[in-house]
Formats: sequence, structure tokens, C-alpha cells
Amino acid sequence: MLQAGEWAYSEKLKEHFMNPKNILQGENTDEFDGVGMEGNLQCGDQMMVVIKVDKEKEVITDCQWKTYGCASAIASTSILSEMVKGRTLDDAFNISPKEVAQELGGLPDHKIHCSVLGDKALRAAINDYYTRNGKEDKVKQEQAKVICQCMNITDHDIEDAVLEGARTYFELQERTKLGTVCGQCKGEAELLLEKFKHIHFGV
Amino acid sequence: MADMKVYFDHNATTPLHPEVKKEMIAAMEMFGNPSSMHSYGREARANVENARRQVADFIGASEKEIVFVGSGSEANNTVLSLFVCGSSQCIPGSRMRSSIITTKIEHPCVLETSECLGHRGVRIKYLDVDQYGKIDLDQLAGMLGDDVGLVSVMMANNEIGTLQDIETIAKMVHESGALMHTDAVQAIGKVPVDVRTLGVDFLTMSAHKIYGPKGVGALFVKKGVPYCPLIRGGHQELGRRAGTENTLGILGLGKAVEMRALEMPEEEERLLELKQVLKNGIEESIDDVHFNGHPTDSLTSTLNVSFIGVEGEAILLYLDIEGIAVSTGSACASGSLDPSHVLLATGVDAELAHGSIRFSMGRESSRQEVDYLLDVLPRTIQKIRNMSTAYIKGGLHAASR
Repeated sequence: MLQAGEWAYSEKLKEHFMNPKNILQGENTDEFDGVGMEGNLQCGDQMMVVIKVDKEKEVITDCQWKTYGCASAIASTSILSEMVKGRTLDDAFNISPKEVAQELGGLPDHKIHCSVLGDKALRAAINDYYTRNGKEDKVKQEQAKVICQCMNITDHDIEDAVLEGARTYFELQERTKLGTVCGQCKGEAELLLEKFKHIHFGV
Repeated sequence: MADMKVYFDHNATTPLHPEVKKEMIAAMEMFGNPSSMHSYGREARANVENARRQVADFIGASEKEIVFVGSGSEANNTVLSLFVCGSSQCIPGSRMRSSIITTKIEHPCVLETSECLGHRGVRIKYLDVDQYGKIDLDQLAGMLGDDVGLVSVMMANNEIGTLQDIETIAKMVHESGALMHTDAVQAIGKVPVDVRTLGVDFLTMSAHKIYGPKGVGALFVKKGVPYCPLIRGGHQELGRRAGTENTLGILGLGKAVEMRALEMPEEEERLLELKQVLKNGIEESIDDVHFNGHPTDSLTSTLNVSFIGVEGEAILLYLDIEGIAVSTGSACASGSLDPSHVLLATGVDAELAHGSIRFSMGRESSRQEVDYLLDVLPRTIQKIRNMSTAYIKGGLHAASR
């Protein structure tokens, strides 16, 4: 007979869940140079990332966080806060959820969406830093682009659907109702589907 | 790793009762097919029929009214699926009335089957529940009518423990000419269940929730009510459920109800006391909690609590590390993105549902275990709140947008 199975999570994730690093204590963020918050409580995940920046080198010197969420959300923000220290803002801005998941030793498919908020919050914090320091020109907005005009579905919605498990065009339609009226967006949606599958799951 | 192990997830499943285990081990050699006429078969048949008598006695039914099935889910599927059968070949007399009434807090095996029947032309009406998880009898009265063939209301809710007044509901249902089903999987063995007193036509029970084995349950089908099997092609169970009987499982179920009859009366009081200690302890040691379910009309073993600003899966896993097993209504633990449909139906908002934990105690639960939990829980919640965006000392964080 087999003994109790492993956690659904990797040992690395478990370690970060049990002993999270760099938790922001209290709620005062005055001493930080950039603050970003993503997600909401109703959906069960919310992350706040705060950074200190070496203004000459534009390098992140400290990163702390708070997270409302499950084990993988907590662990992914914890490991992200370790990953970004010493990185340039440009470099940190490009950290993808896939990198975070890899660093954690992989995440179960249905948990990938819990790890995408950390890097989003980090980008928000970096943008906040740029705004505060009069460098609005460097702020990179993550503008959503409407793909399906009929149902008002954006590329972000498609990305979310992929993260939540959609792998085929049909599953994408089931989740988003995209392309269920005129159907003209099918080609573009399929390309994005493939793109996000590749980005997040390497398939 | 924790030295102490506390299993507070009895509503999910229970360990085998030692007496059940003993009986099943002793019966391991029994392999005959109850349908065979030789001695092997007769031995198996005798044990299956003995269990049928035990189960019938336990719920005040007659033996022929008990159909052994593979699970509570199968029993519930069977009852609901009866109602798409419009053939007078299967159900003599007229076509069945084609609407079903159920509640928003049923187990998914009822809700998803209902939804599927909806696709097949059956009209499904869902009863709301109040903040405690009770259905509104006036709403039921308004829904009942000539079109309604079946009403299915669970006796005790698995997540919040709220008990429904099945006896009154069944009376109303019968007055309107419909049939009454109750999913009593969580109620059986915890509160007295007598099918005649309740006045139900169908009742579902499962063995593994009452210290019996998994993979076996029983469906009470009142004599004379229309019936159509879900699994066809065999004469077993008087043609009501095909497939060679799970003899060992059935024997285990029989012993399990026998043990319940002996232990239940004393246990109810003891668990009620433990639940009170647990509830008071949580109230005293943790701020910003919300108790879900009915304050009194509830299973004595079940306590459902929402911790504001904390996500349930995180609580569950931190408690697991400390050797304590519980469950949560959070979406994260379920694999879906929505939190508990039961809590949402009671009007609890999504955030509180994500932060809900169900403690369900059982026959072996002790004061020592509750004390240990009360030692671990406050610091666990404190630890999570300390890193939560949703909670800053003294209350909810205002920064959320």
C-alpha cells in the first residue's frame, strides 16, 4: 500500500509556502519607491508588490509583498520577491509567469492562474516608480485589445481562459463566448490561443 | 511534522469502524455470487439479505424497499433520472409530471444531474435558502403544482450542516401530488432518520460517511412508487439495480448502521458539546470570523467558519502541516474558480466563501483534539493575515480597489 502522497505542489513551493520570504510588515509603504496591486478578493487572489529602486542604476534593491490567496499564490509572490532583487527594472518587467512557475519547480495546470498576479503586480509597481519619478514615457501599459467585437472579449480574456484551462478553440468559446456571434475573429483568436498556450505551458 | 493527528473532515469520509473492519476481514473469503444457487452463492445471499434487514431496520423501512447501489451519487442520479422516463412501458400509468424542484445547496451530483435533465427537456426549479441555509416553505408552496413530479431536498447539508424540515416538506409535496426524495447522506447516522416519520418516497444513504466502506450506498424506494433503474440488464436488487452485488461492501454497510444505532444517541450530545467548545474557542481567540450555517438546526458534528481576509486553501495546508485535516469552500481547493455554491446561496459574499473552513467531527473526536486545534488555529490565521493584502491588523485593508 502506498503512503500519503506528495503534495500537489513541489518541495520548493512548499518551502516558500511554509517560510515565505520578504513579507511586507504592516501597511506602511512610504519607504518604498513603487507600489503595485493586482487581483481582487472576490476572485480569491490579490497581490501587492512594493519595490525599492537604486535610482542611478535603475536596479531593484528590495522587494516586499502581501498576498491574499492560496498556497501557490503565496509561494509564487515569495519566490518572485527573491528573483527580482538585483535585477534592472527593464529585466524585472519582463519576468513571465512561466519563469516564476519554473523557479517554483512547476505548478499544477489549474494553479497557473494563481501565479500570474505576482508578475502583474510587479509590473504595476515598476510603472508606479516611473510615474513617481517623472518618467511617464517609460510606463508600459498593458492595454487590452478587443479581439471579439461582438462579445467584447479582449486578448487578456483569452489569456485568462488559457490559464484557467482552455486548450482548444471550442474550450475558449465555452469559457469566453468569443466568436459565438459573427465568428470573424476566429483566426486571430486561434493565433492568440496558440501564443498563450506556448507562453504559459510551453505547448 | 506534527506529532498529533486530528481528523476533522468526517463529512468528506470516515475511517472504518473497528467492528465493521473486523466483520469485513472475517468475510474476506466469501466470494460467491449472491445469484448462484449453490452453497457459495447462498452464503453471499444470506449476508446481503442480512445487511438489507439491518439497513431497513435502521431507517424504519421494509427490506424490499432497500436497493443497494454503488454510492450516494448513484442513488441520487437514479432518483432524478427516473423523471426523464416518459415511457409507460417502464412506468405504468400516465406519463410522469415533468418538473423537478430542488434546492441551490444540493450536492453537485443532484445539481449537475438536474442541469443535464434540463437539457433533456425536464423543467428544474431551484429553491433559494436563507442566510442559515434553510429553504423557504412559502416559496416551495408557490412552486408546487400539477406539473411537478419530484421534489428533492437534502436532509442535512454537507458543507454547513443545516438541517431541513423534511417531514413538513414531504407533507406539502404529497398534497400537491408529487413524490419526495431526500439526500440523507450526511444526516444518516447523525440524526434519527425514519422514512415513515419523514414520509419520503426516496431516501439516499452512503456507507463511507458512517464508518462503513467506500463504494456502497443504499436507496430507499417506497413500495409502490414508480421506479426505473439507472443501471439496467440484471435481475439483482429485484431488477432495480443491475450488476453483481458488492457483497463485502454491503455487509460492511449493514454492520455500519448497526453500530450507528448503538453509538449515535450518546455521541450526538458529546459532539454538540465539543462543537460549542470549538465555536467559543474560535470566537474568543480570533477576531473577524463569521459562522456559516444554522446556529441550532444543524448537524452537531459540523462547524463552518469564514475567516475574514484569509484564503481557505492556505489555512487547510498550514493546518495539514500541523497534522490537522479540514476542508474549505475556497475555489482554489476545488479546482474550479468559484467558491462554495452552498455559501454563495446563503448570501455569504465570495470573499468570505473563499475563506471558509469546515470542521466536521466524528465518533472518535475528543476534547484533546479540539484543544489542540484551538492552540494551532489562532496563530495559523494570524500568520496568514500578516501576509494578506486583505487584512491589516485591526480589520480589512482599505487598499483593495
